[in-house]
Amino acid sequence: MRLQSKFSRGLVRTWFHVACLGLLVFALGSADPAARFNNLGHKMMCQCGCNQVLLECNHYGCPVSPQMRNELQAGLNRGDSDDLILQSFVQKYGAVVLAAPMRGGFDNVAWIVPIAAFLLATLGVAFLIQRWRRPSLASPSGAAGAAPPPGSVLDRIRKETDV
Amino acid sequence: MALFGSFSLILALVLCVYTLLSGALALRQLAVARPARFSPERLVETSRRAGIASFIAVTAAALALVYLSFTDNFSIDYILHHSNRALPKAYKFSALWSGQEGSLLLWAWLLAAYGFVLRMRHKVDVKLTAYASTILAGIQIFFLLLLNFAAHPFAVVPGPMPQDGFGLNPLLQYPEMVIHPPMLYLGYVGFSVPFAFALGALMMRYPGEKWIHITRRWTMVTWLFLTCGIFLGAHWAYSVLGWGGYWGWDPVENASFMPWLTGTAFLHSVMMQEKRGMMKSWNVWLIFATFMLTVLGTLLTRSGLVSSVHAFAQSSIGTWFWAFLLIVFLVCLFTYLRQRDHLKAENRLESIASRESSFLFNNLILLVACFCILWGTLFPVLSEYFQGSKVTVGAPFYNRVNLPIGLFLLLLTGIGPLLAWRSTSFRSVRKNFFIPVAAAVFTAVVLLIAGVHPWKDQATLFAYIAFVLAAFVGTAISSEFLRGASVIRRNTGQNLLASMVQLARRNTRRYGGYLVHFGVVIIFIGIAGAAFNQEKEQELGFNDAMTLGPYRMVCRSYTQDSNANFDTEYALLDVYDGRGHKIAQLAPEKRFYHASEQAATMVAINSTLARDLYVVYAGKNPETDRPIIKAFLNPLVNWIWIGVLVIIAGTFLALTPNLEAAVAHSRARNRVPLAAPATSGEVMAEP
Repeated sequence: MRLQSKFSRGLVRTWFHVACLGLLVFALGSADPAARFNNLGHKMMCQCGCNQVLLECNHYGCPVSPQMRNELQAGLNRGDSDDLILQSFVQKYGAVVLAAPMRGGFDNVAWIVPIAAFLLATLGVAFLIQRWRRPSLASPSGAAGAAPPPGSVLDRIRKETDV
Repeated sequence: MALFGSFSLILALVLCVYTLLSGALALRQLAVARPARFSPERLVETSRRAGIASFIAVTAAALALVYLSFTDNFSIDYILHHSNRALPKAYKFSALWSGQEGSLLLWAWLLAAYGFVLRMRHKVDVKLTAYASTILAGIQIFFLLLLNFAAHPFAVVPGPMPQDGFGLNPLLQYPEMVIHPPMLYLGYVGFSVPFAFALGALMMRYPGEKWIHITRRWTMVTWLFLTCGIFLGAHWAYSVLGWGGYWGWDPVENASFMPWLTGTAFLHSVMMQEKRGMMKSWNVWLIFATFMLTVLGTLLTRSGLVSSVHAFAQSSIGTWFWAFLLIVFLVCLFTYLRQRDHLKAENRLESIASRESSFLFNNLILLVACFCILWGTLFPVLSEYFQGSKVTVGAPFYNRVNLPIGLFLLLLTGIGPLLAWRSTSFRSVRKNFFIPVAAAVFTAVVLLIAGVHPWKDQATLFAYIAFVLAAFVGTAISSEFLRGASVIRRNTGQNLLASMVQLARRNTRRYGGYLVHFGVVIIFIGIAGAAFNQEKEQELGFNDAMTLGPYRMVCRSYTQDSNANFDTEYALLDVYDGRGHKIAQLAPEKRFYHASEQAATMVAINSTLARDLYVVYAGKNPETDRPIIKAFLNPLVNWIWIGVLVIIAGTFLALTPNLEAAVAHSRARNRVPLAAPATSGEVMAEP
């Protein structure tokens, strides 16, 4: 028994260390300037009118994306946080510069509604299944009256299990 | 020729109005069974013939526009803006759909062509076809009104004829662009036919499920066209746009994807109606929604409501589309409310662990995915309305919302076929799921050992789940094939391959469907590869090298060239593999088109099953005059295109009659070779 609890404590401790290491790796990874440049550059849109993500805009001689990339790099060099950099871009170019709604307030609705739709639809299907499974007072037309002859039962089964 | 085209369009409109009015009158007379001055059967026949004639008229108009394009008639505004003398012949043909007016004419022509096929095959069911033909005429009238009064393709430029045109958009000057739009439009427009059949069947309270068989076939063909159109577009975007991806969640891409999702949902749920007499209202609304989504998608991009790289300039035709959409919705709602007692389910669900409930969840997921895409597409408009500022809803939003939904759908693709109709016992579940689950667990472990760590980032996590689920679904489908084939092998002594072919031919629908699912699995594997994309940008002089993944690229030369249509700058790169063997020479280029004064990328791709080396000529450094090369390493992209081919093969198989049915049919035909065909009136009285 004592051996078992010792084993459990050891297991918990190991998992704790693994989790801490994971967090550390994750934090270090996100602090890498190249990774941050890539991450932020994919959260913004090029403003030349090409409708492409900033780091994916490859228009020949695009007048806007090189300047925006330089601004992003300058922000990272200054040591600005991700939020501050995004905010400065929103101030300069407007909310359309962000590749997805992420300013809070009404922007949250964009993210909440799909989840709500999924939950509602799941509830709807569950309700539908419940209703369909409830035995009805009126028999379905095919099952009304006397039992159908065996031949037609076989036909029905064949039809229903064909595909 | 312009005058001829204009007259053809007016004639087509008159013929369609006649088709609609005479068809509606005849069907009304038949419905109320009141004696009339004209025989309703004869009226229906004249309506059908007018519909066929309208196809000839719209074809004449389309040919007139193509002729004007080929003869460089720049006195026509449309030709002036979408063609030029130096444009290659194939692209002069594709100028037909490169602008607003031309693409609407293509739409009208395809609709007329579908109508022509439907009316020629009227003996399948004369009365139902008469309803569908009349409804199609109503839809056609809308497009012909647009062409005649709002977006006239034959409008003449005032003053003398300009010497040359402004050229075709360079992005459209690519071989795939000659087939991608017609294919997509065949899919879009094609949904009008199942819609017309569904609405017609509901109006006439069609007894039985025969209309479902007719509609399902049309839907499958249309769905196949739309699938091909969507993936041709993805391939075009990958090969031309030069950003290294194939899907950007652009509103126009979304507009094509939404009806595809609802159409897919319909193809699944319609089986519930065929087999169990369930979900009748649901199916009717699914096909209504699919048609309305094709109209809505067109409305979104042609009205200027949402911004898109594909969008046509803001125009007044948005109002026309709103009005049409409203009318369609009201007609559908009115018909449904009047006839809904005809759509009562005949059976009930017997178990949650059944094929029926898997179809329900499949429909739920497909529709939620469709809703999320619609929501994302419309959210900028809502944001502008509610908070006064427009926002962008781009790829990060769609990827985050739709990837989990897609993975859930992939899971259902594997679960569905393992469940039986009506009810599945626990023992059967355990037996059917054992091998697929074992395959999934094995894949999960192998991936971890191979270094795919799901905790690395979100993209890797999704890719990891996709690979594991792909193993589950792939094994589930394969085991279904093997189980059936081994029974045939035991009974006939054939080898396994021959047994599998025979199995597929015996039940083409089931095994065609499995093949389509297998194609979907392959596509998911291809999409998951995107999590491991790499890219690099470097300036290259003569003999300078650039390394990306296992490849080493050496710049052998860079130069310029020119022809009548465009100027080009390109680099010649020798590509070496990890062992130092030269495997290819790539020539990425940038073109500058004279007439339109626009630039375009010509990407160079070295494609293998494992990865694509995707090289873009990004421009020249003005200081050193040396090319800047951007290279992407995109793993597994080829799997996507292979998956599409498998889907096409599966759909063809599903459309083929079963072996026994085909043999029986041919025997019956041989037995009664001279049986007199039924007359219209007789057949009409039948259902």
